[in-house]
Amino acid sequence: MTEFKRGTRQFWIPYLFLLPNVLIFTLFVIVPAVQGLAMSFTDWSVFSDASFVGLDNFKELFHDEVFWITFRNTLVYSVLTVCALILVSLMLALLLYQNTIFAQKAFRAIFYIPSLLSMITVGIAWRFILGDEMGIINFIIRSCGGEGVHWLTSGKLAMLSVILVSVWTYAGYYMIIFISGLQTIPIELYEAAYVDGASKWYSFRSITLPLLSPTTLVVSILATINAFKAYELILTMTKGGPGYATKFIVQQVYEVAFMEDRMGYASAMSIVLMLMIGIITLIQFKGSRGEGEHE
Amino acid sequence: MSKRTKRPIWQMLVVILFATVALIPILWVALSSFKPQSELFSIPMRVFPQRWTLENYAAALLRGSFPIYFRNTVIVSVVSTVITVIINIMAGYALGKYVFPGRNTLFSLMLATLMIPLQVIMIPIFLQLKRFGLLNSLWGIIIPPAATPTGVFLARQYMTTIPDSLIEAARIDGGGEWFVFRKIIIPLSKPIIATIAIFSFMWRWNDYLWPLIVISKNDKQTIQQALAGFVGQLQINWSNLLAMTTITILPIIIVFLAFQNFFMQGISAGAVKG
Repeated sequence: MTEFKRGTRQFWIPYLFLLPNVLIFTLFVIVPAVQGLAMSFTDWSVFSDASFVGLDNFKELFHDEVFWITFRNTLVYSVLTVCALILVSLMLALLLYQNTIFAQKAFRAIFYIPSLLSMITVGIAWRFILGDEMGIINFIIRSCGGEGVHWLTSGKLAMLSVILVSVWTYAGYYMIIFISGLQTIPIELYEAAYVDGASKWYSFRSITLPLLSPTTLVVSILATINAFKAYELILTMTKGGPGYATKFIVQQVYEVAFMEDRMGYASAMSIVLMLMIGIITLIQFKGSRGEGEHE
Repeated sequence: MSKRTKRPIWQMLVVILFATVALIPILWVALSSFKPQSELFSIPMRVFPQRWTLENYAAALLRGSFPIYFRNTVIVSVVSTVITVIINIMAGYALGKYVFPGRNTLFSLMLATLMIPLQVIMIPIFLQLKRFGLLNSLWGIIIPPAATPTGVFLARQYMTTIPDSLIEAARIDGGGEWFVFRKIIIPLSKPIIATIAIFSFMWRWNDYLWPLIVISKNDKQTIQQALAGFVGQLQINWSNLLAMTTITILPIIIVFLAFQNFFMQGISAGAVKG
């Protein structure tokens, strides 16, 4: 580290290097974050003056049925998506982290490709594939003598479809993170276990899983935050339907803020979303500490 | 890697199965975009078009506003990426190579905001952009998201690997701080510049929410916005939509295939979406 301490010449140089980034950052992240919190205690709207309403927004929120439906949907979607993602991406990583499989690099790239696409294009692609009458999957099912499935137009199935498509999109991305985690585990440990006659399952449980737990924590936090942000995918696949079956908080916030022009009330919803993200992240941290690992 | 045996055949089959599931949806969309409208939903469905056609692409590119959306997206992605690279590298250099009061606080603050997604603060951001007169302007999509915390993080991590002696030597030779940055740091930082540039380009290209908040005028929209609009209509013109979707996906796939290693290293070094 360069010795360039306070009191020496030109102490302001590093601040100058930081200035553009910090300035944009302050104006468009930090100030809005503080303002969002303040707005949640007002009846702010674009076309009228705002006044302080105390906790009224939160009280109303408490009795807002649609909000609680979106709250529950978001939670169900996030928990199931994150669990499924961890299982699938870890499995792919275990299959591909060593140079023991044919064309291992090409396969890694293939699994990674879906996560490069925007959620808008992913949603469009799957809506095309899962269509009731026109979709290729129902065509295949019908050709085999089965009945067409309402992938996107029946409540429970629509949620399942959205979850599966999310896993399809991101599994390869988290696979890469798991691979870099797996590669840090010294191979000598497995060799020692092998010499001691340990089964593969045993060394997976007592070597791989514990040593991988910091990576698992990173993956589960990233995946959770990502799941709570979900909006584009449902917008293009189901528009939140049928009914409210796949409507999540972000969509509700957007509609209440920008279509109903109730920005104060929508800000209160955002605060609840932020709290949800915070609490779940905290639980994950605590959970991984509880397993006796530190990180 | 001593005495590792090859994987059993069933594992190979699982890998092939999953690879098929990963690729087929994308290929199906791309192949369908070359089918004439009459063939798109005709039963029985066929994998390859019976008659290959470019009419969907012609319709997408020659009629309607898609070229404008495409141009807007190119401008936004390129300009924003240039700004991101410059300011992130500068910030990463300051945080990685200088000792100054407030350094750790600033760094932690930036990382902490990774926990505040845009989705949570989109309302106050909308008002902030309105105050600055950035609504319905491409600058509104270019400037605010340019200061990515992820980019600063990657840049800082990279800077700590550059030996101090190189910087010291340049200073002793009488180089000013800006000279050191331009002539020593930038040339040494090419790999991380490439990584940040590639990710930044992809983020901006794929972005939907920023444009959605900033842009309401038709002629300023980006392709993602336009696609979301088309798929939201009651009567979807699938032939055109699939061609536009393929055109939208293609640049990202090309960038990926050309710079694969940077992607993998970027994620491994702790890159996150944003």
